[in-house]
Amino acid sequence: MRRYVPRFVALAYLTAVLLAPLTMVFWRTFQHGLAPVWGALSNPETVHAFKLTLIVTAIAVPVNTIFGVAVSLLIVRKRFPGKGVLNAFIDLPLALSPVVVGLSLYLLYGRNGWFGSWLLGHGIQVLFAWPAIVLATIFASVPFVAREVIPTLRELGDEQEQAASTLGASGWQTFRRITLPSIRWAVIYGVVLTTARSLGEYGAVAIVSGRIVGRTETATLRVDDSYQNFDLTGAYSISLVLAATAVVVLILMTVLKPKEQMA
Amino acid sequence: MSIEIRHVTKRFGEAVAVDDVSLEVETGSLTALLGPSGSGKSTLLRIVAGLETPDAGEVILSGEDATTLSPQKRNVGFVFQHYAAFKHMTVRNNIAFGLTIRKRPKNEIRERVEELLALVQLQGFADRYPAQLSGGQRQRMALARALAAEPKVLLLDEPFGALDARVRAELRDWLRRLHEEVHVTTVFVTHDQEEAMEVADRVAVLNRGRLEQIGSPLDLYDEPASEFVMRFVGDAHDLGGALVRPHDVALRREPGDGAVEVAIERITVLGADARVELVDGDGARLAARLRRDEVEELDLEEGEILWVRPERERVFSS
Repeated sequence: MRRYVPRFVALAYLTAVLLAPLTMVFWRTFQHGLAPVWGALSNPETVHAFKLTLIVTAIAVPVNTIFGVAVSLLIVRKRFPGKGVLNAFIDLPLALSPVVVGLSLYLLYGRNGWFGSWLLGHGIQVLFAWPAIVLATIFASVPFVAREVIPTLRELGDEQEQAASTLGASGWQTFRRITLPSIRWAVIYGVVLTTARSLGEYGAVAIVSGRIVGRTETATLRVDDSYQNFDLTGAYSISLVLAATAVVVLILMTVLKPKEQMA
Repeated sequence: MSIEIRHVTKRFGEAVAVDDVSLEVETGSLTALLGPSGSGKSTLLRIVAGLETPDAGEVILSGEDATTLSPQKRNVGFVFQHYAAFKHMTVRNNIAFGLTIRKRPKNEIRERVEELLALVQLQGFADRYPAQLSGGQRQRMALARALAAEPKVLLLDEPFGALDARVRAELRDWLRRLHEEVHVTTVFVTHDQEEAMEVADRVAVLNRGRLEQIGSPLDLYDEPASEFVMRFVGDAHDLGGALVRPHDVALRREPGDGAVEVAIERITVLGADARVELVDGDGARLAARLRRDEVEELDLEEGEILWVRPERERVFSS
């Protein structure tokens, strides 16, 4: 009997902290049936918010995937001064509050910022436009691919890569045929996490986007906006879509993880 | 293809792994790099393959300076101690890798792979993954993979080190036979002197990054160039300030002729041979190797006092 106690405590904790709020969202959304939900979701400004979120994610995820894999290879396979600092830096977005990230972007790209004044002089608007949202999202989701790939690369070792090079493979051929297939599950797992983070980013984006309805408002911002305007059905409906995405992501991760361990 | 190593030095930080080593490997020979761990033998092999860059010195392959050539361009087959099997590829694709990279025609690759599968006795395993093979099978696959693109040199880094004793002995014989069949210039690294003596026709002994001696197994055993070689290649014991091989120790019932007094500590019969462990007055130990009938003739018993005299001994100035 005693061994069930920790399980019960763990389950109760998770229920209170995670499951109950999610169930609340679900229940509130469909409180008045399907029609208001559909109405809220097909609102053109909401549709725009979802589109923007998807576009930003579609840019941030590939960029961070390529960067994540490249930086992992650099950290695991090469020796260079400042490697430890780089390794620690990758985790910065995890430690830093998104609000701080937003603020620093604001300072860099604002009218009087280091880059901002130059860019504005060349007619490029970063702040309060989609480029700032993309930058904030990329920053927030930098660590995930590298954090998955680095341990896998370490465990893999470099003997297979050396074998490939003695067999006549170039650096790129070795990467394509040996390294990448060996780390693919770690990369996929990292991509899934990066996607989840990109879809859900709020704090940094809230500061740099300007929150212009129908123009620079992402899905998460739209939730807040609807809520502030007493459009509770709207807020809950968008939240539900985001929560459902998270659940799909979770399922994907559970499905992918065992395969990675088997490989 | 011949290999020439000229004054090669390699440091890892403060430690000198290879210290001004020069040696030559003749075309078609089977050479062992023998030494204890940390002697620099693996580093030297990796330098020949281009997997490490020497700090000084040159590597000449077939008369051409290959020192700065990448491993990709050296056309060298390399076999790793832990197989370095491509885990996500079948045995067939592992073996075909070098040919696929070279974009050889599909049917040529298929034929060559079949040929190699037969050579390493892995027919019927072509569609398995490395995880489904035993250690010995994986190493044979790695060998086939290294041989596929017809390398000019075959380099093996402790190829049998990770295998159990029986498989090890099997693969040893097999490598010897393979070399007679394929005749590719082969260099292998080992810390096992028996393995080096049994398989190779030339052995280079390394110690602390330096080349101690290179020669035929018999040369090393009979004419060791240094105390290190004498002790490392075969058994050697101290006897009256000199080094002596166990089978060069003569046992006498009477003193005389500068013989040393010893007590028999233990007699071990090993088939047709016997090993007599002795201890002298100062507590120093040595062993004599005799034929079993000699032991019986002399009627030796444990605890007995005897006199020993070396029939052949060596003194090295250090």
